[in-house]
Parts: sequence; structure tokens; C-alpha cells
Amino acid sequence: MTTTQTNTAPTPEQSMALYERMLLIRRIEEKLSADAAAGRLPGAVHLYIGQEAVAAGVCMQLKDTDWITSTHRGHGHFLAKGGEPRAMMAEIWGKRTGICKGMGGSMHVADVSKGILGANGIVGGGFAISVGAAFGAKLSGEGRVVVCFFGDGASNQGVFMECLNVSTLWQLPVVFVCEHNHFSEFTRAEQVTSGEIVNRARAFGIHTAVVDGNDVEAVWNATAEAVARARRGEGPCYIEAETYRIKGHMEFEKELLAGGKYRELEEIEHWRRRDPIDRWTATLLKTGVTNAAALEKIEARVSGIVADAVAFSESSEPADPELVFSLMFAGQRP
Amino acid sequence: MARKRYTQAINDALFEEMERDPKIIVFGEDVELAIFGDTRGLLERFGRDRIRNTPICEATLTGMAVGAAAAGYRVVLHMMFSNFLYTGFDAIANQMAKLRLMTGGQLELPITIMSGYGGGRSNAAQHSDTPHSLLMNLGGVNVAVPATPADAKGLLKEAIRGRNPTFFMEASGRGGDSGDVPEGDYTVPFGKAFVAREGRDITLIAIGTMLKPTLAAAKTLEANGISAEVIDPRTLVPLDEESILRSVRKTGRAIVIDEARDRCSAASHIAAVLADKGFSSLKAAVKRITVPDVAMPYAPNAEAHVFPSEERIVTTATATARAA
Repeated sequence: MTTTQTNTAPTPEQSMALYERMLLIRRIEEKLSADAAAGRLPGAVHLYIGQEAVAAGVCMQLKDTDWITSTHRGHGHFLAKGGEPRAMMAEIWGKRTGICKGMGGSMHVADVSKGILGANGIVGGGFAISVGAAFGAKLSGEGRVVVCFFGDGASNQGVFMECLNVSTLWQLPVVFVCEHNHFSEFTRAEQVTSGEIVNRARAFGIHTAVVDGNDVEAVWNATAEAVARARRGEGPCYIEAETYRIKGHMEFEKELLAGGKYRELEEIEHWRRRDPIDRWTATLLKTGVTNAAALEKIEARVSGIVADAVAFSESSEPADPELVFSLMFAGQRP
Repeated sequence: MARKRYTQAINDALFEEMERDPKIIVFGEDVELAIFGDTRGLLERFGRDRIRNTPICEATLTGMAVGAAAAGYRVVLHMMFSNFLYTGFDAIANQMAKLRLMTGGQLELPITIMSGYGGGRSNAAQHSDTPHSLLMNLGGVNVAVPATPADAKGLLKEAIRGRNPTFFMEASGRGGDSGDVPEGDYTVPFGKAFVAREGRDITLIAIGTMLKPTLAAAKTLEANGISAEVIDPRTLVPLDEESILRSVRKTGRAIVIDEARDRCSAASHIAAVLADKGFSSLKAAVKRITVPDVAMPYAPNAEAHVFPSEERIVTTATATARAA
């Protein structure tokens, strides 16, 4: 682990913004979980609950002009990077007001205007896209940085090594953020992943950091350094954030697994006690950055945003099915 | 007009387009020296920011094309042999062909992927495939199959200027063929077939590399009293169905000649279009002349045994023209 003495600690305003962003992701996803259980969503959702500190800590270090590539578990990245809750919710509901007009759904939420190049249904699908975007960023010389989110599962795709090689070779401004949440879908990491993933990045001699992914300040600080290096033209960095997927690979998995089990309740409880939002709340209260009344106000504001996004989605028209013919190509019918 | 080789016409198109638009970048394996000759000289003229050798990592290259296009560049990715599209197929099929729809039209991907296809030169099974029908089946990508130097130049320029991912399938075995190529800014629109030869008795639809043996066969047929019309679709996506149907309405008979393996080939697609939309004009079954469903063998005599030949075209066309 590379440790660096940082003077990048979040200001009180930044600390509260991190808190609110994490809470927004959590509350939106709790609502999605409930709606999935009630059978109200057309497709599957892969929830991010428990990992919010990674998305918030990384994305809130980025500018709108910076790019991210995301994963199939992408709601947190989308919201953290500034995507609109309404537009995301309506997309998941399959409505024409969705950010992708209902053509992408949960696994493909993207908002290019906010630098969100898209969630991706292919595990590891974001690696090469982020490296290509970073190549463009480097050629343009506008100081853009690209963050590639991926999981421990994706680290076993060969394209990960290819992308470490090219981005190091060409000194591209990309930060690889590995969210080690301990599961490749329904399989435990130790069953499918050999060695330490960070060592794969170290083999290329790039800057690496391993942080507690449930500590938003640690993620924020590590990202500050990585992004600064990338922006200075010092090439790619790798951050590994250890976290835990509180929810399953997907909602409804109990039914799919038909009694099969890949983890124990005690393990989930152990990680619930390390909940990133609870921990950050405690820190903020202890350091006097906030108080109970202020937190209540934020909770109310976030509840309002969630309710508004749901009402917007419910009242929106279903997707326009004819769009499949006009959107497949630019200026051309399929 | 100037007499140019197929490869030179491609090289001209790249030079002219890169000169015109600084947002065009070229990358791929060995593009700097260019084993096919098509990208030769670009490095000296444009430098390594515009054209650059990559590691051998096709799965990454196709995905990088998507990322660089999303970053505002017009990407020309050279994949060398078409068989290497298979190793890069994830980002082609799952990202490139789908992102525009999946993002609700937010992403536009001006990408041209060049690769050489086809057999006939003892390159054996892993360097001889004609995978255009796989690409046709993806939905979101264009497929250009230029048969002549002029079309190679015109279609490549059109691809590079376009707003969609396009596969520019280079006829590997035709690189040395010469033809008249218009000078300067010459483009060929997609979806417009070329009537390479007019005729009355039978329509021969020849795809890419197959144009040359088909035209030769048409001459022999003429000598035998059969007047063959030869149509080159030029692009398979979009496909100029109307020109094909118009010809078959005139001749009533059709053969499709395609270097792809037979099953689900471009030939079988065109035959299906004719069965569907041209049935009432047909006086005989539509025939396909293709490579059988085998891997391309190495030995020259074995390769010639499976390769669509002028002789096969003459024999099949004669039988079809005379079928009651």
C-alpha cells in the first residue's frame, strides 16, 4: 500500500455533501428494492447498498467534464457523478422520460452531459472504453480524467491486464477503481480470485492505493491524489476499495437460488456494523461538523427527492417503442 | 481518373481524410509499417498522436475505439485480419453495436474498423475467414465490402465521415488489383449497389472479392449465349434491396456469390430477400455459391476445392439460366 500524507481532507461543506450524496443513493435504492419486491419494476436491479462511500468519495472529486465508466451495479456511480434522480428512476421504470428514453434500463444508465459514459451489463465492459476515452483525453490535452469503476469479479477478465498495459504504456489519465465487494455475482471472491488484485496493478509500476472502501474520507483522499496525478499527466493509477455488497447480486435472487446459499447472515450483520453512512454520520457528529437537527433536515430533503423521482416516474408515459428504429443508427434506419 | 491499386486507393483515402479532419485517429497492430500497405506513410505525415501501433490486445482495441469515439474522435481501427475481429468481438457486439440505442441516442460512435478478409492464398483457417454476415447480424453497424479500387476509396471516405460504426472489409486477395480511381474528394454512398455489367437472362449478385471471378464468368456465359447481369451490392448494411429486385424482375433468375461460409451468409440473406420480395418474378430457384461450412484448408488444391471459382459460377449459372 502506498500511503501519502494528504492535506486533502474534506471541508465541512464537502463533508456534508458527501453525506447527502451517500444518503441519496441509499434512499433511492431502498425504494428500488421495495418496488422490485412489489413487482413494480420491469427488469432486474443490482443494488449498491453498502458501497456508497466508494461512488461518493470518488465522483465528488471529479468535474462534470471528467468521464466515468460504470458497472452493472451503476446507480450509485450515476447519482454520485451528478446524474438526475428523476431521469434515472424513470429509466429504471422504462419510461420515455428516462435518461436513456427507456431503451437502456437499470444496467445502462448514462448521462454523457455529466461525463457518465454509462453503466454496463458486461462485467469488465468499462475497462477498454475508459482507456479509449483516456486516450482521447490525453490527445485533447484538456486535462480530463477518466475513472473506471469495476469489481473484484471484473478483475479476472483478461482485458483488465490489457488495459493496465496500454494505459501505462501511453501514460493515460485513467484511475482504475476496484470496488472489492467480495462477490462475483453469486460466487465468493476467494473461490475465483487468486492473490491480491492490487498486485496485478503493481506489476505495471503504477501508483496504487488500498483503502477501506466503507470510509468515505479514505476514498476521497486516495482519489484526490490519484486524480491529481492523472491530471498532471503522470499516467494511470489504481485504487482498491474494500467494501461489501449488503444486498444480493440482484433483487429476487432468493427465488432464483431456490434455497441455495453463498454467504451467512452473520457476515452480512458484521458488515452492517461497518455501514459507511453510519460511520460517516458518527464522525460528523463527533467532530461537530453537524448535529441531529441538521441531519434530519437532510433526511427530509432526500426523502423529498426520492418521492419526487418516484412520482415523476409513475406519471411518465411508457417508452416510445418506435425509438428502437430511429435510435439504432444516427441518421439511418436499421 | 488515375490507375491505382486497391491498396493505394485505401491509402489515398486515409491520407486525404486525415488531412481534412484533425479529429481522425488511426490505431491498431503494426499500422505504422502496415503489412497490407494500406496505412503506409501515415506516421511520417501525421505523427504518433494520429496513428499509432498498439499492443496485440484486440479485446481492448475494439473497446478503446468506443471510448475514443465517445471522447470526440473519429476512430479508424485497423484489425489486420478479419479473424482477429473474433478476439475483439465483445466490445463490437456488446458495446459498439448497442450503445447508441442503450443510451437513448446520447452516444454517437463514428468508428471505422478495417480488416482484411478472404482466402485463396494459403493463409489457412485462422487468417482466411469472411465474417461479414456475423457483423450484418449485429444490427447497429454498417458493413462495406468494396470490390474495386474506386469503391475502396469512396466507401472508406464515406465510412470515416459517417456517424455510425462501419466495418470496412478489405478484400485481402485484391490488394494488388488495379482500377480507375477518381482523384480527390470522391465518396460512394452506402446502400447503393453498382451494376457492374448489364444483362438479360440471369442476375449474378457478387459480394466483395467475388466480383472479379463473377465478371470473368459472365464473359464465358456470354460466349455460351447467356446474358448475365452482375450486381455488386457494395455495402451489405445498408443493403440496396431495390437494385437487386429490379434486376431480378428483369431476368427472373438469380445467383448470389459470396466468399462467406454458406450457412447464414450474406448470400443466404439476399436469397431470403428475393424469396420474400421477388418471388413472383422468379423463374428458377435462387442459388448460392459460397464456401461450404468448413474451415478454410491450407493446401492450395484443397483451398481451391472449397473456394467459389469462376468455373462453379459458370456451371451453376448455366443450369439456373436453363432451368424451366
